[in-house]
Amino acid sequence: MPAPFEYERATSVDQAIGLLERLGSSARLVAGGHSLLPMMKLRLANFEYLIDINDLHGELGYIRLSDDEVRIGAMTRHRELLESDVLAGVFPIFADAERVIADPVVRNRGTLGGSLCQADPSEDLSAVCTTLDASCVIRGPGGAERVVTMEEFHVGPYETAVADNEILIEIRLPRKNFKVGSAYAKVERRAGDWAVVSAGAAVWLDAGRIVDARVGLAAVGPNTTGIPEISAALRGHEPSEELYQLAGAIAARSCDPVTDTRGSADYKRHLADELTRRTLRTAVERARS
Amino acid sequence: MQVTMTVNGTEYTREIEGRMLLVHFLRDVLGLTGTHWGCDTSNCGVCVVWLDGEPVKSCTVLAAMAGGHEVRTVEGLANGAELDPIQEGFRQCHGLQCGFCTPGMLMTCRALLDKNPDPTEGEIREAISGQICRCTGYSSIIRSVRWAAVHEASKEEATAQ
Ligand SMILES: Cc1cc2nc3c(=O)[nH]c(=O)nc-3n(C[C@H](O)[C@H](O)[C@H](O)COP(=O)(O)OP(=O)(O)OC[C@H]3O[C@@H](n4cnc5c(N)ncnc54)[C@H](O)[C@@H]3O)c2cc1C
Ligand code: FES
Ligand code: FES
Repeated sequence: MPAPFEYERATSVDQAIGLLERLGSSARLVAGGHSLLPMMKLRLANFEYLIDINDLHGELGYIRLSDDEVRIGAMTRHRELLESDVLAGVFPIFADAERVIADPVVRNRGTLGGSLCQADPSEDLSAVCTTLDASCVIRGPGGAERVVTMEEFHVGPYETAVADNEILIEIRLPRKNFKVGSAYAKVERRAGDWAVVSAGAAVWLDAGRIVDARVGLAAVGPNTTGIPEISAALRGHEPSEELYQLAGAIAARSCDPVTDTRGSADYKRHLADELTRRTLRTAVERARS
Repeated sequence: MQVTMTVNGTEYTREIEGRMLLVHFLRDVLGLTGTHWGCDTSNCGVCVVWLDGEPVKSCTVLAAMAGGHEVRTVEGLANGAELDPIQEGFRQCHGLQCGFCTPGMLMTCRALLDKNPDPTEGEIREAISGQICRCTGYSSIIRSVRWAAVHEASKEEATAQ
């Protein structure tokens, strides 16, 4: 059981922000609770107030598609991301990732916003959003909104750009007018466990050539990392095994894994290489089909 | 604080601490000890109940979060003396041994059958992948769910005729 706290329930985004303003750093939002409550049970986190935002699912639970972007509300749950045909049609990387996040019952509760705000370096959805060059929409007092990139959003492990009186409301994923393919792959010790290493890839093709490509890795550095050098190496080329090999080699040397109970740093570099190749290969196949 | 929720169709209002978990509310406050409490870390699944029709791990949901919502526990599965087909399936096909994981398994598998009345072995394995059984090796659980699926299908056919 967590240490004592006062429970408050938010009925709208602006009311939640009002509560955060009033209660300051002694308060924390709780969405699915599947990261926060375990941490509070272990006394790794303690707050005087928890503000339950589950009633905001009506306001913040959505997946909307337009020609130039996909917008996903912060309260959209893992299961909804997994089951969305709209999302799978544009960015199948989400369904790939969701299939390997926790288990179906946990996925009924956990949310996109909670996942990103937890800012765990092994977080799968953070790697997905990094891969897709997502922007994060943060709202504060007086309805003020700001939009930050994933790089700006993740300040450090378990630390984000969201201030004490703000809330993440939406993720925006840019769409480009090219054929796109994306994929996610993860190595874990057992089904539904956190990643030893995981990789996401997205590739945009025009007339058979790569106009843009992005790779995001989880669990191999302080944040889920995008690797600009890979994008630069792939742009303008026709997809090939040699190119995937090159990308894999860059991934292995650009990441910063540590040796721990999940594996040695060397093993993780090897996985970063292999998973980068695999996801790029799948992403290209999907872009072509 | 005061919390009001509907559990198995009955509304309960109780005075609780904000930090109380749903699993403790059900077991210790309402005395519904069918829902078990094991790992306390969302891993073993013995605490699975339904919240608004979806299975959740009640060791990681605050009781307060369920306020105003509908909860269903294993005690709410049987219809009086008549077992739910999923319970009957576990009984017929030895889906349980010690029974510790059984309430959570029943709730997850009932939800699966409601969505997918004819699940494959793979789909059943996927559905219960967040739940640990130390006794059965899962094979008899899977047989039990299949039993319930087949039984329900033939029952429906019979009533349609
Ligand atoms: C058994 C188990 C296995 C898991 N396995 C995996 C896995 O393999 N891969 C993986 O990626 N994840 C895994 N998870 C984590 C799971 O996906 C969590 O649900 C998710 O990381 C957090 O989402 P949540 O909605 O539960 O967030 P919460 O726990 O409610 O919140 C997490 C943090 O985000 C903050 N927050 C939440 N929403 C907002 C918002 N809108 N604005 C600002 N701050 C906000 C909270 O204040 C808190 O600090 C696992 C969890 C469990 C319990
Ligand atoms: S006690 Fe809840 S999952 Fe184990
Ligand atoms: S029957 Fe004993 S744990 Fe499943």
